[in-house]
Amino acid sequence: MEEIKNYTISVYTENNVGILNRLSAIFLKRHINIESMTVSKSEIDNVHRFTFVVNISGNQAHKVVGQLEKQIEVIRAFFHTEDEIIYNETALFKISTEHLYNEEIQERMKFRRAHIIAITERYFVIEASGLKEDIDNMYDKLMPYGLLQFVRSGRIAITKPKMAISELLAEFN
Amino acid sequence: MKTLNKEAKHQETAQEVKISGAEAVIKCLLEEGADLAYGYPGGAIMPVYDEIYKYQEKFHHVLTRHEQGAIHAAQGFARVTGKPGIVFATSGPGATNLVTGIADAQIDSTPLVCITGQVASHLLGSDAFQETDIIGISTPVTKWNYQVTDASEIPEVIAKAFYIAKSGRPGPVLIDITKDAQFGELDFSYQKCKKIRSYKAVPDLEIEKLKDAATLINKAKKPLIVWGQGVILGEAEQEFKDFIEKTNIPSACTGLGLSALETSHPLHVGMVGMHGNYAPNVLTNSCDLLIAIGMRFDDRVTGNLATYAKQAKVIHFEIDAAEVDKNVKTEVAVVADVKESLTKIMPLVNKGDHNEWMQEFQKLYDIEHENVIYDQLNPTKEGLTMGEVLGGINKETNGDAVIVSDVGQHQMFAWRYANFNKTRSNVTSGGLGTMGFGLPAAIGAKMGVPDREVVAIIGDGGYQMTCNELGTILQTKAAVKVVVLNNNYLGMVRQWQELFFDKRYASTEMISPDFVKLAGAYDIEAQRVSKREDLDAAIQTMIASKEAYFLEVVIEQEDNVFPMIPTGASVSDVRLS
Repeated sequence: MEEIKNYTISVYTENNVGILNRLSAIFLKRHINIESMTVSKSEIDNVHRFTFVVNISGNQAHKVVGQLEKQIEVIRAFFHTEDEIIYNETALFKISTEHLYNEEIQERMKFRRAHIIAITERYFVIEASGLKEDIDNMYDKLMPYGLLQFVRSGRIAITKPKMAISELLAEFN
Repeated sequence: MKTLNKEAKHQETAQEVKISGAEAVIKCLLEEGADLAYGYPGGAIMPVYDEIYKYQEKFHHVLTRHEQGAIHAAQGFARVTGKPGIVFATSGPGATNLVTGIADAQIDSTPLVCITGQVASHLLGSDAFQETDIIGISTPVTKWNYQVTDASEIPEVIAKAFYIAKSGRPGPVLIDITKDAQFGELDFSYQKCKKIRSYKAVPDLEIEKLKDAATLINKAKKPLIVWGQGVILGEAEQEFKDFIEKTNIPSACTGLGLSALETSHPLHVGMVGMHGNYAPNVLTNSCDLLIAIGMRFDDRVTGNLATYAKQAKVIHFEIDAAEVDKNVKTEVAVVADVKESLTKIMPLVNKGDHNEWMQEFQKLYDIEHENVIYDQLNPTKEGLTMGEVLGGINKETNGDAVIVSDVGQHQMFAWRYANFNKTRSNVTSGGLGTMGFGLPAAIGAKMGVPDREVVAIIGDGGYQMTCNELGTILQTKAAVKVVVLNNNYLGMVRQWQELFFDKRYASTEMISPDFVKLAGAYDIEAQRVSKREDLDAAIQTMIASKEAYFLEVVIEQEDNVFPMIPTGASVSDVRLS
């Protein structure tokens, strides 16, 4: 069995109703769970970018990307391993204000990319961003204080290798 | 209409006239040269049907007895003509009844343009009467789909639909049009779609790859070609023939590749796959070079991938990049239009001589002939066999007929034994294996090529899934010849139960009505044959008939299809009995 790895799949598409359904169907058909997903505009006007994170084999990644790219409104799809991308995930932790002056939490806040973005009488909110492991770590440390709410964003990723979408679009036309 | 590519709008447009969205639908189809559609009316598509009524001089509509019949008929039409089949259905159940046919067309790369009515746009999402999310439902099985909510979108969307359905690797598209968009008005002008910025229909041929392929071909001692439907879809039958005749390479086909090359061609070494011919299956695991042309290494073709052609280098000529290395790792992939590839490779390949290698195919053919084929075509047992029926049809039609098959044992016999002289003559449900495909597909095929003989070969099981379409024959007078091979069993499942489930025949025995009487009720001339001495005369009568004809042949109950590669076995472990 080929090694299962964490792959980041970037898909550039037209900005149409129903594309998400079409893309997610390709994962569904192969029984692949989507770990996270982010959709946003891209560097090109009217071109949207989907970022999926999945745990699959390299062979599967290759085939899935082939099928994604085959969709009419997909301009191009890529898959990358973690060492080929620069990425970020953001999380919000809502914690009871009674813990605000807790030293251990203060200690955690020294973590390079975490800060408090709201404080009320009842709760405060920490925003943290970083790699998956950074957020996981933070989560494990804060969990014992009782998280009132926790939410984490999908991955956003920029690739180290070039992705020549503009050139491709020019070539298509 | 931000969602659509607006390029066409900027181009010169013909003079504009205000018409309804529904009328625009018909005008767009006529602009695309499509003047025949199959369908079934209902509430949400009524404005379009009203225009069909008004345009009846120019535009023909075939009312089937079920939407599934409509879409299979459109598939039959598309397969014999190469033109997209057109289907209309209403919202809700009308649309969902199309899904099997859409999935079938998707997996067999058949171009279709399906147009469904939808509830008015202000009702979308309200669970209105006959509302269903057909865009969501059809997404995984369409090449493209789109919901129109504004009449002004119609010309551009339909132009796109035709372009997508026909170009590259063809496939089904579905356009869902809300009722208000059908009633709404637009300034009509039509511009055919020639490109879509996010879609490259035909990849650019890389000459280097072609050179690499030619080098391997020129060096090979034991090359084997396996071609598929891509040769037909790419209209490359002549180029393919020129290529194999120059290189002298033995060539086998997939089920859907049948008829691209005439059966009698000396380099045609049969069909590969689960019930394919002995020689090409066995020798797949002896060749030193496997040249796949317009085929996709379906599991029914390859058997166990772990033992499939491991000794051979593989060249894959394919238009769909996603098919390359999907199932079988290739040495060289030529991703391009097959007609272009085969034309341009000709000067690069040497005249070949593979007579010794061809002898190996002959030897194995002789074994298959002695063990299987001879008995099937000249049986001595009392009951009639499916093979001899196909033999009889070959004799009467001289191999010039379009053979439409349903799904099951009879289909395998049709593929194995039908003679094909002309391309686009094997109309069948390959990838999806849709029982019930045969009868409606034959009706569509006959309308596509009215001057050709169209013979449907159907089992008693599949026939009863769509025999309501006898009504369509009655109404349209489509002169199809329908042969039901009746063994009172779901024969293929029964065969597997016999071989792999210790003869526990769970729910495969079938009690059927009097098929001759049933055909008679639809005013179709019919007869039943159960004795060998009556078979030839019955087939003669059927083929001689100028009208639709129904022939039931009572078949030996426990007849099996061999050779067979059991699921999970290697192609070279093909069983002869």
